[in-house]
Amino acid sequence: MTPQAYMRAQSRWHPLEIAFWLATLLPFVIFPDYLSLASQIAVAALFALSLDLILGYAGIVSLGHAAFFGTGAYAAGIFSKFVWGEPFSGLIVGAAVAALLGYAMSFIIARFRHLTLIMITLGLGLLLREAANSAGWLTGGADGFQGISIWQILGLFKFDLFGTTQYAYSLSVLFIVFLGARRLIYSPFGLALRGIRENWVRMPAIGASSRTHIRKIYTIAAAIAGTAGAVIAQTTQTVSLEALSFERSADVLVMLVLGGAGRLYGGLIGAAIFMTARDQFSGIAPQYWYFWIGLLLVAVVMVLPNGILGGLSQFYRRWRGK
Amino acid sequence: MSVPALSTRSLCKAFGSLPVARDIAINLPVGARYALIGPNGAGKTTLIDLMTGMLAPNAGQILLGEEDITALGPEERVRRGLARTFQINTLFAGLNALEAVTLAVTERRGVSGEFWRGLGSHGEAIDEAYEILSKLKLSDFCYQTTRELPYGRQRLLEIALALATQPKVLLLDEPAAGVPPEESGEVFEAVAGLSDDLTLLFIEHDMHVVFRFASHIIVLVGGAIFTEGTPAEIAADPGVREVYLGKRKHG
Repeated sequence: MTPQAYMRAQSRWHPLEIAFWLATLLPFVIFPDYLSLASQIAVAALFALSLDLILGYAGIVSLGHAAFFGTGAYAAGIFSKFVWGEPFSGLIVGAAVAALLGYAMSFIIARFRHLTLIMITLGLGLLLREAANSAGWLTGGADGFQGISIWQILGLFKFDLFGTTQYAYSLSVLFIVFLGARRLIYSPFGLALRGIRENWVRMPAIGASSRTHIRKIYTIAAAIAGTAGAVIAQTTQTVSLEALSFERSADVLVMLVLGGAGRLYGGLIGAAIFMTARDQFSGIAPQYWYFWIGLLLVAVVMVLPNGILGGLSQFYRRWRGK
Repeated sequence: MSVPALSTRSLCKAFGSLPVARDIAINLPVGARYALIGPNGAGKTTLIDLMTGMLAPNAGQILLGEEDITALGPEERVRRGLARTFQINTLFAGLNALEAVTLAVTERRGVSGEFWRGLGSHGEAIDEAYEILSKLKLSDFCYQTTRELPYGRQRLLEIALALATQPKVLLLDEPAAGVPPEESGEVFEAVAGLSDDLTLLFIEHDMHVVFRFASHIIVLVGGAIFTEGTPAEIAADPGVREVYLGKRKHG
């Protein structure tokens, strides 16, 4: 195989990928009662995809990624209430405001690593949550932001009680953003991100400016997180402080680690498992469901350091090797 | 005399009260093959760190051609044609050799920020990377993940990464460090096979290798230049012998 053909083959669609996306359509047919949950999973997957780009690919740790999710949610909510309710423009506003915040933050993020970075991102998350809490006149504070009214999508589909439109909308947004992220991962820029993750010290020695790369991917990831937030605001027609909470930052990290960081589908699979588990476990014992998630997390990181997808692909390679 | 490819002027550096570079003045003529030798702790790697901007000097200047690069960051210096390799493998462990060198090539070509075009459409960069790997006889291993490559090949990949930046001056920090003696010749054959336009400075402990491949030798002791000269001059210098055998009388 020529080197060029090899590189092109890397980005070719695998049949399993196509199967995966076809499977995302199953809830419409098999679980029509769970379309709201499916929609939440799609949003969580989008959010986890955003974290994967910075953490999984570029190796930038964050414990405050909800800052961008919440910012996008509030921005889209406020836009729909005070400007207009057209959903796509709301999405763009959510993404743009989050991207702006991400760009501003990226100048700090690009200078630090490891524990310092965890603390900075954690601090930013807490700070933003409290800011939203105290700006009750704009955000509704602890009561949540009410009064979002979203127009019908393309003037045709209404967000209804059954969740069909919600899921179709969330899934479409997820898919389109995923296509972009997939393209990015297989671009020279995606390779540079992996370079940063693999060896921070070597990058300047090959003439690379890691900070420029980090600023760029951080802004992109913030925009995606903001998009996810905007979708949740639009589909649930409310935004609560929870969108900015530490818990949300931690959850998305857990999803990504469960699924497999540094893999395109890691966040997606992780989100599906996490959200389904939460739904099922909280049906059994509402107060204790984190116990099971904790158990699952510990088991996965001990047995499968590269997440569930990492484990599966290893298994698959071994099986094919025989 | 023509302008040296790389020169330092009264370069000084101290870690706290410990001087590690004392008033170092070096001129590397274009196309030279210089060896930098000296006992452990003489400050050889420190000197390379200073030249490449990984450490900031306390005083002195570094010039690449006629340009003063003292204030530039490491990546700026690389873009101007000053590359290095590392004594301890500093590679992209999870990338394969082709990806790693392609990464370096796309950085040099200034296309590494393009996130909207697939790598596949940067065919020239990939071909260039492959060519560099072929030159170092790594092409048969280029789809193997770096961490799975045999150690000697990893050392060659160090050089391949540096070459991908198309350097004018290449600083090699013990290119064959850790390679079994019977294989270290291979690494140096590869070094010797590099273009004549490329100016080389390498650190090496094996004197056979030094005398065979260097046209000029600089001896560094205690952060200062002890002496320099042709291999014949250095071989005949009783002072160097003493430094290496530890017979040097103090006081």
